[in-house]
Amino acid sequence: MTEHIDSVKTYALVLIALLGLTVATTLVAFVDLGNFSVVVALAIAVTKMLLVALFFMHVRYSTRLTKLVIFGGLMWLAILLLLTLTDFLTRGWMGVPGK
Amino acid sequence: MSSEAHAHAEETLALREQFDTAEQQKDASTLGMWIFLITEIMFFGGMFAAYTIYRSAYPTVFAVASSSLNVTIGAINTCVLLLSSFTMVMAVRAGQMGKRNMIIIFLILTLIFGCIFLGVKAYEWNEKYVEHHMPGQAAFHLEGTPLQGPAKIFFSLYFAMTGLHALHMVVGVGILLTLIVQTRAKKFSAEYFTPIDISGLYWHFVDVIWIFLFPLLYLIDRHLPK
Repeated sequence: MTEHIDSVKTYALVLIALLGLTVATTLVAFVDLGNFSVVVALAIAVTKMLLVALFFMHVRYSTRLTKLVIFGGLMWLAILLLLTLTDFLTRGWMGVPGK
Repeated sequence: MSSEAHAHAEETLALREQFDTAEQQKDASTLGMWIFLITEIMFFGGMFAAYTIYRSAYPTVFAVASSSLNVTIGAINTCVLLLSSFTMVMAVRAGQMGKRNMIIIFLILTLIFGCIFLGVKAYEWNEKYVEHHMPGQAAFHLEGTPLQGPAKIFFSLYFAMTGLHALHMVVGVGILLTLIVQTRAKKFSAEYFTPIDISGLYWHFVDVIWIFLFPLLYLIDRHLPK
């Protein structure tokens, strides 16, 4: 068996990082960063997601096929969000005849 | 007796006859679970898309509505959920080592943290009801903004997204209970603990959804004077 068993220490460190990032994202929300506050919030959320996926969900040890499928799924999510937003955010840019 | 009949006799939970090796079977289970989780990502993705559109349309109302949520309780509940993910991965680790007693202890801990999360969530929802922040209430009113319509949109998204997340948690609680019963029945060993492994993936996935829901719902422009 090629089973990878991580140490308790690894998992504990990941947990501490996750709890720390939760405190950080909560505190930084009270600081005025203008438009960057949402960027910082999402950057911290993505970092936490990566920690959970790579360590807790063992993506580090997953097969290349599983990694490819996960990546493909995230690409579909990006298509969903980006194409929807290119529609909604640009609707006011051009006049529509007859409107 | 043919060699095929012989193979039937040797079939185990860890190695079903259609797989060449136990490793191949495990990889197939993991891949299948991830494909299910991707359908879940797309399912929640639609809600996140709706959220993004309405937040970009009504940024100030969303900021006012977001600040009416209880951020302390939200942050503590996030930590509770992260703790449950830690105990879940410890249960999977116990599975890898075939330690049944440890599996049961960590699954029960995960169950307890999950139930605490759901209990706190129920308390928060009730708080919204008492404050007349629940869309559909005749007395719905959000203080600090004249735009009550968009405020209702925020709370509709809040209830839909946290509600669906909580529904996934309830399903997770059912899965944990099943796993505890199965572990007690000595179904799992170091050679075969796939149900614990992929249930762990599910539990962590639900955690990841909350990791995004927390800043997006609770933490919009908290610095603004209200």
